[in-house]
Amino acid sequence: MTASASVATDNNRVREYLTFRLGDEHYAIDILTVKEIRGYESVTRIANAPEHVKGIINLRGEIVPIVDLRLCFGVGNSVYNEFTIVIVLHIHQRIVGIVVDSVSDVITLDQAELKPPPDFGVAFDHRYLIGLAAVHDDMIIVVDIGKMISSDELGLVDAQ
Amino acid sequence: MSIDMQQFHGVFFEESQEHLDTMEQLLLSLDLTDPDTEALNSIFRAAHSIKGGSGIFGFTALTALTHILEGLLDKLRNHQLAPSRAMLDVFLEATDVLKDTLCAYRQQNSVDDAAIARMKKKLESFQLSDSTVNKPSDDGFGFFDDQPLETPKPADQDPFFGFFDELDASTPAPIIEMPPAEPITTAMTAVTPATGKPPVKKTVDARETASVRVDVEKLDCLINLVGEIVITQSMLAVMAEQLDGKMAEKFQVILDDLERNTREMQEAVMSVRMLPVSSVFNRFPRVVRELSSKLDKEIDLIIEGEQTELDKGLIEKLVDPLTHLVRNSIDHGIEAASVRQASGKPSRGTVTLQASRQGGNIVIAIQDDGAGLNREKIIAKALEKNIAVDNASDDQSVWQLIFAPGFSTARQVTDISGRGVGLDVVKRNVLTLGGRIEIHSVAGQGTCFKIFLPLTLAIVDGMSVSVGNEIFIIPLANIVECLQPDAANIKSLAGQDQLLWVRDQYWPIVSLSREMEIETTIEQPTDGVIVLVESAHKHFALLVDALVGQQQVVIKSLEQHYRRVTGISGATIMGDGRVALILDIESLYENNPSEKQRGYAA
Repeated sequence: MTASASVATDNNRVREYLTFRLGDEHYAIDILTVKEIRGYESVTRIANAPEHVKGIINLRGEIVPIVDLRLCFGVGNSVYNEFTIVIVLHIHQRIVGIVVDSVSDVITLDQAELKPPPDFGVAFDHRYLIGLAAVHDDMIIVVDIGKMISSDELGLVDAQ
Repeated sequence: MSIDMQQFHGVFFEESQEHLDTMEQLLLSLDLTDPDTEALNSIFRAAHSIKGGSGIFGFTALTALTHILEGLLDKLRNHQLAPSRAMLDVFLEATDVLKDTLCAYRQQNSVDDAAIARMKKKLESFQLSDSTVNKPSDDGFGFFDDQPLETPKPADQDPFFGFFDELDASTPAPIIEMPPAEPITTAMTAVTPATGKPPVKKTVDARETASVRVDVEKLDCLINLVGEIVITQSMLAVMAEQLDGKMAEKFQVILDDLERNTREMQEAVMSVRMLPVSSVFNRFPRVVRELSSKLDKEIDLIIEGEQTELDKGLIEKLVDPLTHLVRNSIDHGIEAASVRQASGKPSRGTVTLQASRQGGNIVIAIQDDGAGLNREKIIAKALEKNIAVDNASDDQSVWQLIFAPGFSTARQVTDISGRGVGLDVVKRNVLTLGGRIEIHSVAGQGTCFKIFLPLTLAIVDGMSVSVGNEIFIIPLANIVECLQPDAANIKSLAGQDQLLWVRDQYWPIVSLSREMEIETTIEQPTDGVIVLVESAHKHFALLVDALVGQQQVVIKSLEQHYRRVTGISGATIMGDGRVALILDIESLYENNPSEKQRGYAA
């Protein structure tokens, strides 16, 4: 038991993250939430949906919504071409695709390396922020993507 | 650890439930005068399995009760005990208590110990009473008991074929306990073809077919994937058409193979979800038996077409409406024996449950040979409730009135049908399954309720329409008519709302492109196509760009990964892999003026 417990804490302390770019900013999300990475394809629009919800696609028989994170965060320019990337996430039994500018790398971060977000007003809602990390002179914003996707604000789930 | 145990529990609960259902069914079909040995064996095995399993998991209440039951059944199958009607009643009661107990364990509620104790007493009383009967002869040779016990029974049941009966009656004993009686055994086997005929029709289906228990989610996933293969296949076919030369021909041959394989695979996978409707029908012998004794009516139940297959999801949702209709037939439909005799009908009533497949539908009929519906009474009741109706209305529309909420022609509320749940609930249930109900009734001859259901819940008949670059599916059930409007029939209201005069009615014109916020070149109703749609509470004329075609589509949930969307009931995947939305007519167009004002201001 003790052995497995220590492994568990290790797993909690050191995690792998997928990093991606939105405009000039670097973001990271827990790699365990990522199902696959694919190109952007045409979506079926949904009426009365928020602007950042681009529509739905057919992902091997599942009807999956696509959210443009660039529009959510107001960064980058929302162009859609053959280089546009969709990260398909699997969160709480739900599948959601997010559009980003590009996927950069998979990195390993120790919890200790994560700096708490500063207190002053950030454009980004710090409720969804796990922390900031400095990697190779870049600031990486580590996002709690599960919490964000299931929040009412994003309009992806029925309001509770 | 605890999770693992839970998994085993789940399997045990499901299996026990199945065993109990089999037991109940076999007990009901048991012929008291000539009990089928194989049936008795099956009942015994079922009880034995439950006892074993419950013992392992420490569900002591189950073990205790099944233990006594098992003991009695063992005696029955060894012909140390003769079955009686009273005994069967108690056994059936015992299966009920066992079901309740199983349910209590499953939901981790407290077990009704009092009921168990009562049941045990009842069962034990048989053991006692019967062992006293058997005592004197038991002291000698146990196996000889059977003959005195059994021989008289078939004999007075069927006096004409005495010689067959004697052989028949003596057979069970020799098989089981008397190896020396070989000549009789051989005689029996020789005779079986002759006497064997009647029992054939009540052969116990000793289902030993190998089966696998599969999570429905896994199945759905499989069905999804096969659907995807079908789409990929058709996309390949489109690409192949653009090829030419020698390769194209070879390619086409392979593609044809692929097409056949995928189609067969799709059919095979879809059929996995299909279950024979017998799993619902089998509960009705019990319902009828109990109701008829409660109401003091003699009723025969005839079941036909129970092998007809239906989607599992549908089957589960059919139980309640069917139970209601069967109860209704017995309680209201079939008259008391004295009334029946007075009108020259046999005193025994008959209820027929029948399932059949008609085209793309499954039809389930509940037919009784009772008094039929009373037209005058229904019309009077409707007028009393301010429901518009007149004497000239045709029968079908009069009968449909009984589905109105709070509509009951029963003079008194009985504990059978007066549970505050009316036929309106039945109708609503059937409608939510995408089905409909028809009633046929002839005064004095009986009533027949016919439920028409789609083959599966996952498919809807739809009309695909285009608006701009998008395709939408309108369920066929909502469509009244499609037409190209005549400019003369388009009227405007307050200079804004447009109405279409057709079928002696004004239909508000609703533009799908505006509702769905889609750009289109079609602005005027006369340039597009109007689809007249109707739902329970709304009717309007939907303006679309063009009709694409009629097809069956597989319904996919939008809410699984997204949220509910007004006006949309789900999505489907078209042949080219694109997603099309299925319209929900009920919520599509808000008739609310303030809502509309906002729409125009925008």
